[in-house]
Amino acid sequence: MDPKKTFLSWPVVRQVRSGDFLGRGPSVTSAHTRELAPRTATADKVVQSVCPYCAVGCGQRVFVKDGRVVQIEGDPDSPVSRGRLCPKGSASEQLVNNPGRQRKALYRRPGGTDWEPIELSTAVEMVAQRFVESRRRTWQDRDEHGRPLRRTMGIASLGGATLDNEENYLIKKLFTAAGAIQIENQARI
Amino acid sequence: MQDLSNADCIVIQGSNMAECHPVAYQWVTEARLKGARVIHIDPRFTRTSATADKHIPIRAGSDVVLLGALIKYILDHELYFKEYVVAYTNAATMVSEEYRDTEDLDGLFSGYDDAKGSYSQQTWAYASSDGEDDETPGTIGGPAAGHEHGEAKSARAAGDEHGSGGPALEHARVLRDETLQDPNTVFQILKRHYARYTPEMVADTCGISVDDFEYLARSVTENSGRERTTAFVYAVGWTQHTLGAQFIRTAAIVQLLLGNMGRPGGGIMALRGHASIQGSTDIPTLYNILPGYLAMPVAGLHDTWDEYLAAIGNKEQKGFWANADTYAVSLLKAWWGKAATAENDWCFDYVPKLTGAHGTYQTTMAMLDDQVEGYFLLGQNPAVGSAHGRMQRQAMSHLKWLVVRDFNMIESATFWKDGPEIASGELVTEDIQTEVFFLPAAAHTEKSGSFTQTQRMLQWHHQAVQPPGDCQSELQFFYELGRRVRELLADSTDERDRPLLDLTWDYPTDEHGDPDAEAVLAEINGRHLTGDQAGRPLSAYTEMKADGSTDGGCWIYTGVYAGSVNHAADRKPGREQDLTALDWGWAWPANRRILYNRASADPEGNPWSERKRYVWWDAEQGKWTGHDVPDFVPDKAPSYRPEPGTGGPAGLAGDDPFVMQADGKGWLFAPKGMLDGPLPTHYEPQESPVQNPLYTQQSNPARKVFPRKDNLWSPSGDSPGADVYPYVFTTYRLTEHHTAGGMSRWLPYLSELQPEFFCEVSPELAAERGLENGGWATIVSARAAIEARVMVTERMTPLTVTGRTIHQVGLPYHWGVGTNAVVSGDAANDLLGVALDPNVQIQESKAGSCDIVPGRRPAGEELLRLVAEYQSRAGSTVMTSNELRTGHPESTPDTREG
Ligand code: SF4
Ligand code: SF4
Repeated sequence: MDPKKTFLSWPVVRQVRSGDFLGRGPSVTSAHTRELAPRTATADKVVQSVCPYCAVGCGQRVFVKDGRVVQIEGDPDSPVSRGRLCPKGSASEQLVNNPGRQRKALYRRPGGTDWEPIELSTAVEMVAQRFVESRRRTWQDRDEHGRPLRRTMGIASLGGATLDNEENYLIKKLFTAAGAIQIENQARI
Repeated sequence: MQDLSNADCIVIQGSNMAECHPVAYQWVTEARLKGARVIHIDPRFTRTSATADKHIPIRAGSDVVLLGALIKYILDHELYFKEYVVAYTNAATMVSEEYRDTEDLDGLFSGYDDAKGSYSQQTWAYASSDGEDDETPGTIGGPAAGHEHGEAKSARAAGDEHGSGGPALEHARVLRDETLQDPNTVFQILKRHYARYTPEMVADTCGISVDDFEYLARSVTENSGRERTTAFVYAVGWTQHTLGAQFIRTAAIVQLLLGNMGRPGGGIMALRGHASIQGSTDIPTLYNILPGYLAMPVAGLHDTWDEYLAAIGNKEQKGFWANADTYAVSLLKAWWGKAATAENDWCFDYVPKLTGAHGTYQTTMAMLDDQVEGYFLLGQNPAVGSAHGRMQRQAMSHLKWLVVRDFNMIESATFWKDGPEIASGELVTEDIQTEVFFLPAAAHTEKSGSFTQTQRMLQWHHQAVQPPGDCQSELQFFYELGRRVRELLADSTDERDRPLLDLTWDYPTDEHGDPDAEAVLAEINGRHLTGDQAGRPLSAYTEMKADGSTDGGCWIYTGVYAGSVNHAADRKPGREQDLTALDWGWAWPANRRILYNRASADPEGNPWSERKRYVWWDAEQGKWTGHDVPDFVPDKAPSYRPEPGTGGPAGLAGDDPFVMQADGKGWLFAPKGMLDGPLPTHYEPQESPVQNPLYTQQSNPARKVFPRKDNLWSPSGDSPGADVYPYVFTTYRLTEHHTAGGMSRWLPYLSELQPEFFCEVSPELAAERGLENGGWATIVSARAAIEARVMVTERMTPLTVTGRTIHQVGLPYHWGVGTNAVVSGDAANDLLGVALDPNVQIQESKAGSCDIVPGRRPAGEELLRLVAEYQSRAGSTVMTSNELRTGHPESTPDTREG
């Protein structure tokens, strides 16, 4: 018999001593479990956030340790969600930390059969050049009646409903100034 | 959202709230615990139905008949809220004598133009109090419209320009008959219009029994009035139709008649599906509007600043749209700063002009015609999520370059190597000349910014960590792209580059080059530019000026940064506040949580009842007060009456609660602004096995159709060949996935919860077609054939419609064909064609025609042959179901340009 186990460690006695009459609490907790601390308790900081999926806008608490998101939970302070998250909101830690998430810029050349790695800044510069060239090639100054159009129909964009207001603002501002009018997002789908 | 718990009855229609907006559903549950009655109207029995008092199955696309019958019931039994209706709606307003109803013209309103397939709205106008009808009746512009008439206007998606109130009227002088007896009053027109929308018609058209209809009608009317309120809740089950905007209008009429607008536990709640889909409409990444629902100018209509100003808001109309010039000047000042001066009309000519509808589907077709060179996909996956996935993927293969910014390698980024068209041999990887850039995006935890949730509330999310690897926020990417484009053009002397070079494009960045989102929010909010306040943020849009002394990127958001405080980040815990919770986040406009809440008080300014007290007039203090920010001029007494003819906010009487409407009234009848009619009328979907029982006119005559070989339709109604695609299909979401799956099918947790594409069929349909639970089925439409696992379930109910049994097939649309996701499968949206609502250019994805047979679909060329074989058996040609005016085969214009 394990010398550390005494009468006091008998299950029923443990239950009575700890007030755990149903036997589902501390009286039956394993040593392993006792040594576990929730990630939320050991986090360096907690940041208030908002669920990125649907438009209910449930409050989230993002727990950060060593510069990494370690857990995301519902924010009980939110008057809308009162701490709750649905399966999607609850899975958002995996959205952020998923090993399958793409972390590198990639390039597929015309007719190419596979992706090639590319430097991010090279890619952005190439996109900027194509933006300028396509705009120049497809520019429409006036319509057939001579009325001003001042636009390009050669550049289009789709997306925005998952983005921040500030991001949508810069997109609309830049595209409009460039004369690119074909901007759309999920709101029309 | 929380306000739903104040309702005495909640009707959820066109939404599966418990599964698609689960956390919001707690407020429905709360209402029910307090005794409210909850009714779910939906083709499928879902968890929403399971927790409601009653589920009423309905044939997809027949909602206007049901709601129209509700209107008739309310009017016939005199159950409308009389004082509210007379004082607050346009029921008493007289309409032009030239107006003809669909009841007179067999399914058309007056003003229909066969050649253009659209309406002139002239005859729908209010009669004028100047004795006769105005010289130009109905020449009342939208906030976007000005002198436009219907036909010109239909070139654009006018309906959703009015996101912050109705379209403008020329003036507010109208004729009224407060006895509601004059045959030209809106009230009497309404009565005549819905006279044939009987419970029997509901039974015959929607498949809803007379008893079920009575239950609904009694529940709604018994729970409305002074003491009680009913709320309606909808989602895309209402919007994604060729008359989607009219579905919602019908509910608005019901709610206005019952006096449920602007009151606690009332209203119509739109449940939107993306974290900031409301925000991306307010600050639009949409073609037809500028921030704050200001219209994009249209060539030929708004060529000059004066024409544009006259169009966006008329100084003679009532309400806050009369000040639209201040909003527009402030926007132009925010964008072009010092370059924008009074002399150059604030750089108005820097804004590009529209020439028609340039929506996402028109753009897709332009890609197929090689007119579009470059395309950005920003967190969106059209290969799976847009209607007619095949057309989407084919279109992208025509691009010169494609930029995909996402977390995961979505199907839209890889269609060139593993899309279904590669498998079928229609596309060959080596032949696709599209250059593709995949640029990884930062997550919400890796950037700061605000989302606007479904109830117009902005909530700030704070950056928690740095984005990994090459991941960047859109803020950083677009700031950087703009910087580089401007650099490339720096030496340009070309006049066309001025708008880019003069653009204010200077934001403080952190050490990683990420711009400060709060600085952008401050620009959106707006600032004083001159005087001793210079540089200080505006605290309300009423401070905006048209003389260039203020700027502001989105007037409806002004106030979110009042006092240099980011109110989107306000976080006073809910339990320390009342239910309205004004100190959590910030709702536009002016942090108001219920719009038009002046209507929660009676004309004298007292609450309609103690039970429904919300906002009221405090006579002692001489101001409006209550649980919310009052939606009214703060110190305007209920007894105030303006001089006749006064425009702007000053023109609003003390009992005109609908402050954004040009006459201050809630519109039962829309004299302007709806492109397919001033009153909602039932039309069948573009594809329907049912003949329209009300009119010869089968479908919405103003809908947008695209007759082309790659967009064929099933014959409808009694037309020969309709029985080839005998079943109705409808698409929907599941709790565990998010739209096209870009944020869910790559997550093992969520993929495990919902691993595989399936279809829901009733036991009766399973027996009829030999489908086995757990087995495979092939579903064929006039566009595509896909395969799915079969779920045989009593959640699907066969309905009896016009004496026939109608089966419906349910299809969750989250899966797509690719090799990178954790789970993949055929895409339900491949079945859809492209036919659009004329007001908002949204596609009809909630009702289509299909066949379903047991077994897996063939692959390769055989798959194409199967689809073609069905098309030929049905006799589908480019004309099929595309006739805009039924019985007039010549009325099949390609409405792409209009
Ligand atoms: S599955 Fe998860 S989210 Fe859904 S009820 Fe159960 S515990 Fe809650
Ligand atoms: S947790 Fe669920 S209900 Fe809440 S915002 Fe996220 S997706 Fe919507």
